[in-house]
Amino acid sequence: MSEPVISVRNLQVEFVTRRATLRAIDGVSFDIHKGEVLGVVGESGAGKSVTGAAIIGLIEPPGRISGGEILLNGRRIDNLSPEEMRKVRGRKVAMIFQDPLTSLNPLFRVGEQLVETIRTHLQMNERQARDRAVELLTEVGIPAPEKRIDGYPHEFSGGMRQRVVIALALCAEPDFIVADEPTTALDVSVQAQIISLIKKLGRERGMAVMLVTHDMGVIAETADRVAVMYAGRLAEIGPVRDVVQRPMHPYAKGLMGAIPTLEASTERLVQIPGSMPRLSSIPRGCAFNPRCADVFARCHVDQPLPLSVQGRQVACHLYENERLKTAEVAR
Amino acid sequence: MLAYILRSLTQATLVMLAVAFIAFSMFRYVGDPVASIVGQDATLKDRQELTESLGLNDPFPLQFVRFLGNALQGDFGISYRQGRPVAELLIERLPATIELAVISAAVALGLGLMLGIYAALNRRGVIANIVMSLSLIGVSLPTFLIGIGLIFLFSVYLRWLPSFGRGEVVAFGWWTTGLLTDSGRKSLIMPVITLGFFQLTLIMRLVRAEMLEVMRTEYIKFARARGLSDGSVHFRHALRNAMVPVITITGLQLGSIIAFAIVTETVFNWPGLGALFVRSVEVVDIPVMAAYLMFVGLVFVVVNLIVDVLYFLVDPRLRGGITVPSR
Amino acid sequence: MALMADVLAPQDAFDPVALNLLDGFAHPMERGMGSNMLFVMGSDEQGRDIFSALFYGTRLSLLVGVASVIFSMVLGIGLGLLAGYLGGKIEMLIMRVADIQLSFPAILIALLIFGVARGLIPPQQYETTAVFVIIIAIGLSNWAQYARTVRASTLVERNKEYVQAAKLMGISGFGIMARHVLPNVMGPVLVIATINLALAIIEEATLSFLGVGLPITQPSLGTLIRSGQKFLLSGEWWILFFPAMMLVILALAINLLGDWLRDALNPKLR
Repeated sequence: MSEPVISVRNLQVEFVTRRATLRAIDGVSFDIHKGEVLGVVGESGAGKSVTGAAIIGLIEPPGRISGGEILLNGRRIDNLSPEEMRKVRGRKVAMIFQDPLTSLNPLFRVGEQLVETIRTHLQMNERQARDRAVELLTEVGIPAPEKRIDGYPHEFSGGMRQRVVIALALCAEPDFIVADEPTTALDVSVQAQIISLIKKLGRERGMAVMLVTHDMGVIAETADRVAVMYAGRLAEIGPVRDVVQRPMHPYAKGLMGAIPTLEASTERLVQIPGSMPRLSSIPRGCAFNPRCADVFARCHVDQPLPLSVQGRQVACHLYENERLKTAEVAR
Repeated sequence: MLAYILRSLTQATLVMLAVAFIAFSMFRYVGDPVASIVGQDATLKDRQELTESLGLNDPFPLQFVRFLGNALQGDFGISYRQGRPVAELLIERLPATIELAVISAAVALGLGLMLGIYAALNRRGVIANIVMSLSLIGVSLPTFLIGIGLIFLFSVYLRWLPSFGRGEVVAFGWWTTGLLTDSGRKSLIMPVITLGFFQLTLIMRLVRAEMLEVMRTEYIKFARARGLSDGSVHFRHALRNAMVPVITITGLQLGSIIAFAIVTETVFNWPGLGALFVRSVEVVDIPVMAAYLMFVGLVFVVVNLIVDVLYFLVDPRLRGGITVPSR
Repeated sequence: MALMADVLAPQDAFDPVALNLLDGFAHPMERGMGSNMLFVMGSDEQGRDIFSALFYGTRLSLLVGVASVIFSMVLGIGLGLLAGYLGGKIEMLIMRVADIQLSFPAILIALLIFGVARGLIPPQQYETTAVFVIIIAIGLSNWAQYARTVRASTLVERNKEYVQAAKLMGISGFGIMARHVLPNVMGPVLVIATINLALAIIEEATLSFLGVGLPITQPSLGTLIRSGQKFLLSGEWWILFFPAMMLVILALAINLLGDWLRDALNPKLR
């Protein structure tokens, strides 16, 4: 297999507060390949957005990357100087934010914002940059782009604004893009359009996409692989079909059980009892142990490490034996 | 655009009318205009004749309209104490006040912006914290004490700067300026600091607060995520947004510089309108007071108009009559 | 302490009989040439003990400050309640006036009111009425903030059921509402009041300094500073210095009290 576009290895992010140092991300590893969409799911506060922010180098103090490394096309980017990282940001890695209403500067024309971004990264004059801006707007599906380019953000609807945001992220043809809950703030009718636009652009341009969301429906439809996060740790990661249809980690099972499906409409939705612990009170051992139905003694002692099981990775002690079994079979 | 400006103009006119009404009421009902012109020992007949000729027996609205008409032509009556037309007195002292106020405003605005931006961008820096603490003292010290302190330091102790007056001035027609002579410039320094200091601290704190607020917004994060340079993020994107509220409040503050000049002018014996006004209050020279009130009202209204227009130019959401979607 | 000026001050500083002209311009910590009295903070040209004058001046400054704050508080709360309760044109009128007044500096408004009062009161009575005039002038220039705060919370209450019910029963809802609104706004109003107390004291000092406040026979800190300014250039710095320090300390102390009060009354603030 070719080299991954983005490779996150054993990432740790800490927030230093007056009282304690909180570990928001603890030992997260994954790769995303060219043209691949990795869906990242989990409850709010599970560390999905922080992971995205860490990759594009936008963790703000008091937060910091305290361990692990991030590689872009095989080159480390987590230890770049701010100025070097700034050049990578937008050029090689880009981000789409949650709320299109607030992510565009209200005082600048859409065109000004596009042209500025293009000219920051590409050697172009005003004219060329403007032409490119129109192309980008066309590509993201904005009607009459030659006219709309001189509009202000408030003159666009929510869905159209999110298209503008996507165009802005694409300005310099990045290799990797983080879409942080790109549809949460939109009307349901528009959500599907934006998702399919992101999917289409990712395929066409061969971008690696990290799609952060808590909408399992979106993941099932868009992602190639899915990562389930819990309390700053990776619970399970694997091909989307496998994980959605046959989740292995008890938390992932609970999460998938909470998706209503048409076929299983008569069944009751499964609920996970309790709620995710705060970062300040993550229990010893497995972070999920207070809510887990299959909890046993070891879960309270050792933090489970990711195990390769059936083509995916699961961080759960339950599969320790299974891994051994498959290892034996392989031998 | 037109509707917006028309609305601002209407509002300005209304405020101006209200101010004129107060000025007129003072003019007409406080003190006795007749007695102050002919003196105490005039006969009853003389007084009645004068009352009639001044139109003081006419109905109230008519008198008010006449007052307005006169004011529009620059006729504010005759000073009770000095026996000269009020307009003449005002024009004589106008340049001194305008010069002082404009320079103070420029200094306060320029330095206030710079320090405010600096303090916002280096929030945890030592210098920023020192500046912020100093500004707190600036806000709580009475203006006249700052002036007196400066006089003590620079005039009495160091003997560098003159403690009163405008120094030598150069006249251009009716306008006079102290900017062209050495003594004139020296005389300006302390009054400018005194008058500008409070506004400076206020503008600085406001700019800092607004900048910090804007820096937290999503669109600034998104601008960073697109790899825009720090310079562009701070000075193009953040500053422009921070300026929207700053313009409004700063505009009002700069308007009040004219009024605060009252104190500064008294401290430094500055021959301006404020000192004239204080003197007129002391001796109850109602026409001068009324005219000064109209003048300050006019300054405020004009400043407000400028602020409205600037606001309009900076914030596109106000243009084109499109309603702003509320967040 | 300043309230007990009569008892504590070493000299009855504003009774001409008690002054000895030979004591004039004593330096701080120097004994007077006439009376052999110790002048801790020096004396002025008439042999007046600055230390004693401070007591009287501070007392008067505080008195004017507190009285004018109470005056503007009562006026502001009353008008705010009225505006919030009645609504309609009266509300618009009151709030418009408040808006316009708030955009002009208080000192200018106080000066105008003072000037008008001067014009209306015969000069012979000026000295006896000066204190009241200045209290009213400062009070009138500061009511708008209270009115805004009170009106805002009155608006919330206006549409509540108990007011509507009272109206339906033909009882005036005003009294009932005032009883419900006032406890809610007392916190913010108190905070505004302490901040305004510092401002009012400075405002009075400024007016007196400008020569349009209290007469020299009833000197506040501002008057003392004004009379001290004359001697600054000739080197008798103490006549000005101590009243000025006193004013600064007074204002700072009240501001600190205001800050503390705001934090104490608002548990949500860190």
